[in-house]
Amino acid sequence: MSTDVTNSPAEAPPGRGGGETGENLVRLMIDGLRRNMRQYGMLIALGLIVALFAVWTDGDLLLPRNVSNLVLQNSYILILAIGMMLVIIAGHIDLSVGSLTAFVGSFAAVLMVEHRVAWPLALLLCLVVGAVAGSIQGFLIAYLGIPSFIVTLAGMLLFRGLTEILLKGQTLGPFPDGLQKVGNGFLPEVGPTTNYHNITLLLGLAVIVFVVLQEVRDRKRQQEFTLDVLPAKLFALKLVALVAAVLTVTMLLASYKGAPIVLLILGVLVVGYGYVMRNAVFGRHIYAIGGNLPAAKLSGVKDKKVTFYVFLNMGMLAALAGLVVAARLNAASPKAGLNFELEAIASSFIGGASMSGGVGTVLGAIIGGLVLGVLNNGMNLLSVGTDWQQVIKGLALLAAVGFDVWNKRKSGS
Amino acid sequence: MAGPVLEMRSIVKTFPGVKALSDVTLTVRQGEVHAICGENGAGKSTLMKVLSGVHPHGSYEGEILFEGDVCRFRDIRASEQHGIVIIHQELALVPFLSIAENIFLGNEHAKRGFVNWNETLRHASELLRRVGLDEHPETRVADIGVGKQQLVEIAKALSKEVKLLILDEPTAALNDEDSGKLLDLILELKNQGITSIIISHKLNEIRRVADSVTILRDGRSIETLDVKAAETTEDRIISGMVGRDLDHRFPERTPHHPEEGAAPALEIRDWTVHHPIDQQRKVADAVSLQVRRGEIVGIAGLMGAGRTELAMNVFGRSYGRYAGGTVLKDGKEIRTRTVAEAVGHGIAYVTEDRKHYGLNLIDTINRNISLTALGKVANRGIVDEHEERQVAERYRKSMNIKAPTVFEPVGKLSGGNQQKVVLSKWIFAGPDVLILDEPTRGIDVGAKFEIYTVIDKLAAEGKAIIFISSELPELLGMCDRIYTMAAGRLTGEFSRAEATQEVLMRQMTKDKEVTR
Repeated sequence: MSTDVTNSPAEAPPGRGGGETGENLVRLMIDGLRRNMRQYGMLIALGLIVALFAVWTDGDLLLPRNVSNLVLQNSYILILAIGMMLVIIAGHIDLSVGSLTAFVGSFAAVLMVEHRVAWPLALLLCLVVGAVAGSIQGFLIAYLGIPSFIVTLAGMLLFRGLTEILLKGQTLGPFPDGLQKVGNGFLPEVGPTTNYHNITLLLGLAVIVFVVLQEVRDRKRQQEFTLDVLPAKLFALKLVALVAAVLTVTMLLASYKGAPIVLLILGVLVVGYGYVMRNAVFGRHIYAIGGNLPAAKLSGVKDKKVTFYVFLNMGMLAALAGLVVAARLNAASPKAGLNFELEAIASSFIGGASMSGGVGTVLGAIIGGLVLGVLNNGMNLLSVGTDWQQVIKGLALLAAVGFDVWNKRKSGS
Repeated sequence: MAGPVLEMRSIVKTFPGVKALSDVTLTVRQGEVHAICGENGAGKSTLMKVLSGVHPHGSYEGEILFEGDVCRFRDIRASEQHGIVIIHQELALVPFLSIAENIFLGNEHAKRGFVNWNETLRHASELLRRVGLDEHPETRVADIGVGKQQLVEIAKALSKEVKLLILDEPTAALNDEDSGKLLDLILELKNQGITSIIISHKLNEIRRVADSVTILRDGRSIETLDVKAAETTEDRIISGMVGRDLDHRFPERTPHHPEEGAAPALEIRDWTVHHPIDQQRKVADAVSLQVRRGEIVGIAGLMGAGRTELAMNVFGRSYGRYAGGTVLKDGKEIRTRTVAEAVGHGIAYVTEDRKHYGLNLIDTINRNISLTALGKVANRGIVDEHEERQVAERYRKSMNIKAPTVFEPVGKLSGGNQQKVVLSKWIFAGPDVLILDEPTRGIDVGAKFEIYTVIDKLAAEGKAIIFISSELPELLGMCDRIYTMAAGRLTGEFSRAEATQEVLMRQMTKDKEVTR
C-alpha cells in the first residue's frame, strides 16, 4: 500500500517469511528503532495519521489533486517552522512571525498593487524588510538582553498594527501573474504528451539518483573510518524505502499538474538549512548556545552574534512565508497570518524540539508541520468543524510532547 | 560541663562511585559553639546535610541522637520540627519578598490560608531585634546587603524555635565588619542557650567563637579539640586538617628548569576583580603571578580565596568586574577582554564546574571536543564531519575516554570521563597556556592518575600550566612552584622544595588583618 512507503525505512513492512534472516532483520530494526526513537517516533506517527485518514476518506487524502493541495496549503507554515526550529534550538521563541508574515504581505501589496513596482524587485525588497524586522528584534534580544518572549510579543502587536495601517483595514489585490505563480503555480510542462507531468518525473528521478548516491557515499566513508555501519540488508531496505517514498510522491504529483513551485522552494530550504544545522560552524554554534550557554561562552562561541543572526534569519523566512501567503490568496489581508506563529511553534515541538533548547532538527520541524498539515487536510475532507479541529490539534501536540517526555524519563532512569 | 545535645555515631554516606563520609563521629555539647573544619571535600557539608535531613534517613549508615532520642529524619522539615535548622552557604531567601515574608515563608502566621499581617509584622520585628538587625520588616530582601540577609536567615531560624543552629561557612561572602557582627551574634545566641555548629576554615574565627572544634579529613572525623585549651594553636588545627597519609600517586615528574632570560609564557600583573553584584567587594586584589613554558604552577587556596574568580576574569572577563591589571604573553601585553581574544592568544581555561561551564551535556563527545576549535575541522564555515569524528576518536583513544562511540552524549559519561572530554576539548584548541581549575574534582583515584599523566605530558611538550587546586598533596605532587591565595590576595609563593602542606595551609588560612 502506498501509505507505507512514504514512511521511514524503519517502518517498512517486517520480513515476509518467518525464516532466520527475516527474524534477524526484524530484531535489527527494532534495535535501530529503540536507539533512534526520537527520530523515527514522529515519522511513524505521521505514517499512521496518513494511513488512518487515507482509510477514513476512502483514499481521497491521497488523490493526486489533494496531495498537491496539501503541499500548497502548508508550505508557509513549513517555511516558518524551519526558522522557528532554529530559534527554539537557540533557546528562544518568536511570537511575531504571524504578524510579520501579514506585514510583509501588505508591504508587497502596497509595492505591487499601489505603486506598480516590478514583482521580482518587490519580492527582493520584501525579503529585505523581513530581514531588517528580524534583525531589530535580534538586536534587542542578543545585545540588549531583553527576553525574546517579550520582544517578539511586542513585535506581534506592532507588526499586526502596522499591517492594518498599511492596508487601511482593507484587503488589497490582485497581484501580478509572476508573483501569483510563486504561491499557486506549478513547474512548466515540456516534451511529449504523456499521462504524466514530464519535468516532475525528471525532477523525481534526479532526487532519487541524488539520494541514493549520497547514501552510498556516506556508507563508504563510514566504512573507510572503520565505523559501524548498518548491515548490508538493512541498508538495502532503507534505500528501497527511500526510493519508494520519493517515487510515490513524484507519481502522485506528476499525475496531476506537476510539482508546485513552492515545493521546489521548500525542498531547497530543507536541504540547505538541514546542511547548515548539521555541518556549518554557524549551525553548531546554535546548538551549543541552546544546549549550555555558559559553556558555549567559555568556549569562545560568539553567542550574541549567533542569536542576532538566528532572528535575522527568522525575519527573512517570515517575509518569504508572507509572500507565499499573499500570492496564494492573491491579496494582502489585515487578518493574514493569524496564529501562524503558534502553528510554527507547535510544528517544532511536535518535531522534537525541547523547551530548554539545544535539541531539534530541520527535518523534525518539517515532519511536525506535516503532522499538523495532514490533520488539517484530513479533517477538512471529513468536514470536521474548525472547533473540533483545534481540539484535536491541541491533543496531538500534547500527545507528541508527552510521549517524548515519557520516553526520555524511561530511558533516563 | 553540660552533657551532649547531639551525637552522630559512625556515619557513612556513599554517593555513586565516591565515599563522601566513612565513619564520622561527632558529639556536640549542650549550649556550646562547635566548629567543624577541614579541607574542601573533607565531607563537612555532606555531614551537615545528613544531620538536617537533606540526605534522608536510610540513605546513610550510622545513628543520630538528638537530645537523647534516636532521629530518623525523612526530610528537612522533620529535622526543623526537632529544632535543628541549617543555614546554607547560598542563602535561601526570595529576593523580591519582604523580610517578614521571608522569615515566615512556609511557616506563615495564617488562619484558614489567610495571612495575619499584624501578627506577622509584630513577630518579625521582635525577631529582628533579637538578631540586631535595624531594618523595617517590610523591606525587600533584595534591597539589603548580604550581611543583613544572613541575619534574616538567622531570624528565620529563630522563628522556628531553633535549638541547634548550623551555619555553613557563614562569613564566606561577608566583609570584615559584617563577619564580626555575625560572630558576635553567634556568641549572643549562645548566651540565650542556643547550640551552634559552625563550619569554617577561617582559623581566627574559630578561635574567636568556638568552644570546641572537630576536624574532618577525607570523610573521617580525625579529632575533636578544646579550642580554649592552651595547646590548641592554629598550627595544631592545621596539622590535623592536612596530616593525611599520602596514598595518592603521581607520575614521576622531572623538576622544571626554566630557560634563563626567556619571558614567562603568561604573566598577570596587579589583577583586581570586583564581585559582579556587590561591587565594593574585591574578590581578587592586585594579584601578580607568572608561569613559564614547561612549568606547572599551582595556586592553592580554600573556598572563596578568589582563585577561580581571578582565572575567569583574566579569561575573557567571564566572571566579575575587571578593575585593573595587565596580562603579558611571552613578554608582550595582550588583551583578553573576550573569550575569543583569550583563546586567540593561546590561553585555555578548563573550568572547575564541568557540568555547568564546561560541557554541553546533551550533545555528543565529538561535538563537545570540536566546539572551541571548530575552525580546525571546518573548511569555509562547513564542518567536515568525518575529520571531526577522527579527531574525537584520536582523543578517545589517547585520553582513554571510556565510551562505546564518540557519538555518546557526554551527560551519560562518568565524572572522570567527562573531565577527559573537557581536557580533550581544550588540548584540541592547541593553547600555549592552560589554566586548569580543580581538574580532578569529584573523580576517582584511577582517573585522577590518568589526568595527572596528561598534565605532566602537556608540560613536557612545553606548555605552561596553571594548576588551581584545593588538594594540597596534588599540588605538592605535581607543581614546580605554588602560589597561595586567601581572601582575594596572594599570600605566598613557594618552590617545590620549600612547600609542605603545613606551610601552604598556614598561608591559605591567613585572613586580611593577619596579612597586613
